[in-house]
Amino acid sequence: MPDGAAPVLAVSGLKTVFRTRGGEIHAVNDVGFRLRPGELLGVVGESGSGKSVTMMSLLGLLPSPPAEVRAGVVLFDGRDLLKLAPEELRGVRGGGIGFIFQDPMTSLNPVFTVGFQIMEPLRRHMGLDRRRAAARAAELLDLVGIPDARARLADFPHQFSGGMRQRVMIAIALACDPRVLIADEPTTALDVTIQAQILELVRDLRRKLGMAIIWITHDLGVIAGIADRVMVMYAGQVVEEAPVAAVFANPRHPYTRALLETIPHVRGQRAPRLKVIEGQPPILLAAPAACPFRARCAHAMPRCAAENPALRAAGTGHAVACHWDAPAGREARHG
Amino acid sequence: MLTYTLRRLLTAVPTLIFISFVIFLLLELAPGDPLADQPLTIPAEVRERMRTAMGLDAPAHVRYWKWLVQFVWIEPQVILDGWLGTGLAAGEERILSWQFRAPVFDIIWQRIPQTLNVVGIAYLVGVGIALPIGIVSAYRQYSWFDQIGTFVSMVGFSVPTFFTGVLFIVIFSVKLGWFPSIYDTTLRVTDWSSFLRQVSQMIMPVAVLALYNAAQISRFMRSSMLDNLNQDYVRTARAKGMAEGTVVLVHVLRNSLIPVVTVIALGVPTIFAGAIITEQVFKVNGLGQLLITAIQANDLPMVQTLAFVFAGLIITFNLVADVIYGILDPRIRYD
Repeated sequence: MPDGAAPVLAVSGLKTVFRTRGGEIHAVNDVGFRLRPGELLGVVGESGSGKSVTMMSLLGLLPSPPAEVRAGVVLFDGRDLLKLAPEELRGVRGGGIGFIFQDPMTSLNPVFTVGFQIMEPLRRHMGLDRRRAAARAAELLDLVGIPDARARLADFPHQFSGGMRQRVMIAIALACDPRVLIADEPTTALDVTIQAQILELVRDLRRKLGMAIIWITHDLGVIAGIADRVMVMYAGQVVEEAPVAAVFANPRHPYTRALLETIPHVRGQRAPRLKVIEGQPPILLAAPAACPFRARCAHAMPRCAAENPALRAAGTGHAVACHWDAPAGREARHG
Repeated sequence: MLTYTLRRLLTAVPTLIFISFVIFLLLELAPGDPLADQPLTIPAEVRERMRTAMGLDAPAHVRYWKWLVQFVWIEPQVILDGWLGTGLAAGEERILSWQFRAPVFDIIWQRIPQTLNVVGIAYLVGVGIALPIGIVSAYRQYSWFDQIGTFVSMVGFSVPTFFTGVLFIVIFSVKLGWFPSIYDTTLRVTDWSSFLRQVSQMIMPVAVLALYNAAQISRFMRSSMLDNLNQDYVRTARAKGMAEGTVVLVHVLRNSLIPVVTVIALGVPTIFAGAIITEQVFKVNGLGQLLITAIQANDLPMVQTLAFVFAGLIITFNLVADVIYGILDPRIRYD
């Protein structure tokens, strides 16, 4: 991974709220990250931590209302995506940035052929005519490992299995040679063997095509196998960001540590009960003024209730948002 | 699909025979005497001769069999004769109306144009305005347009046509004098001014019925669109960079139309049944009015034939709805 290269995607200060009857839900709070060319950034966190909402905010894919992207800068190709006109933004969606979603069973339109659905972005973004789009669509299906690709273009989604449909989704996302691929829990809805096949496929495609990937998941095992760098999210903010090895070897944030402890081990003594992180994530009716994890944190101290910690450097390429200094075992000197 | 359709058509035959038998039995059991209208001064033996002339002296099963033969064997031959100029049915006894002493089907053919002109056009107009209203209402849910549309459909749905019909007559015929309150069947469209008169006498009955139909169908369209607008495949289409118009009018609409088309197809037989009440209000002498007067006059062959024709239409359009369903939704394959 070229460390000094200019990021292909740079996000800073992103804030997204949902207006509901019960008030505003602050789903994404001041999130920032950089994605380098060809890099695979894993994003982890429990349900409701704002992973998907963050990524959908980048491309304006959240339904508005109720969602509203309040602030932030999303630099892609030298342009701020949040300031683009709708028409220009549509040029980026499916063109420069491809998206894969969680549930392949429902993400494809049931009444159109797979070929039609792959050809749509090709004709729109690359201006291909019907024949050339069909040829390219067959190539793409072949690329994602679907046998007899040309004949299967005429098939409907229900004629494919779950894993095959996710391959079709990947083919759609990759149709226009995107520089960034955002995969929103693409393997969560699949069973484990299919999951392994899809992971293998993505690794392979990344080697061939060289796009940068953002991989959202709550499965740390997947992250360990595929990611270059990891971003841990909690309550709509980034709590830790580090190279993948550092996260597993040297986690700094109590939440990251707790997440790692919840993984049951195959070897060694079998624990009588699975470990859990006690408590619930907070309901984000206001932008957190204090550390959102303090109620569930073993190291909470008075300062945590008074001040929401900002990200601070904690080693090479490693940043953490916590008042507690894990290696020293005491309060960090600077917030 | 073809074998399915043929199979359905074949199974419809016993169903229809059974229905015709039930209709016959019901009419047989109903009280009333077709000669009740005749003056009491007619002597009993003359009365008896009249009954014999009408075929009422034969036992019930003989009369049923005779009607059935006339309906399925002789009347189709009459139609063929009309088309081809042959003489297949020459000399055969046709189903005769007791009140008109004329063949039932000749009268039906006379009445069909009025019904189709008014009720059929009202249905087309109703569907034509219901679909766009439903689409926009769903896409802009809870907007002013949607609120007004919801209110108008609620009114159109809950206020019966005999009320809106009379209301329209009071306002537009009596007070404003814009349109005639009675539909003139004898009007022949020969030039521009007679065409305008035809249009002006059609406007009110068509508006009353179209309001009612549109209220119903726009509700179906709206809820079906709403069901689909939140589906995952819609997000996929947006993530591919498709324009909003394509997303809504291609991806969502095609899926939403599946249940709505079924509802529309199932509503077609009601056109022929002729919106009985509305035809009465505006004095349109179509099929609905024909049925009502036949019932009042105890004209059993006419009632029997019309009821059976409506039953046949309902069965036919049920099949049409199923076939359209299969064409629109690739997941449905009947074979």
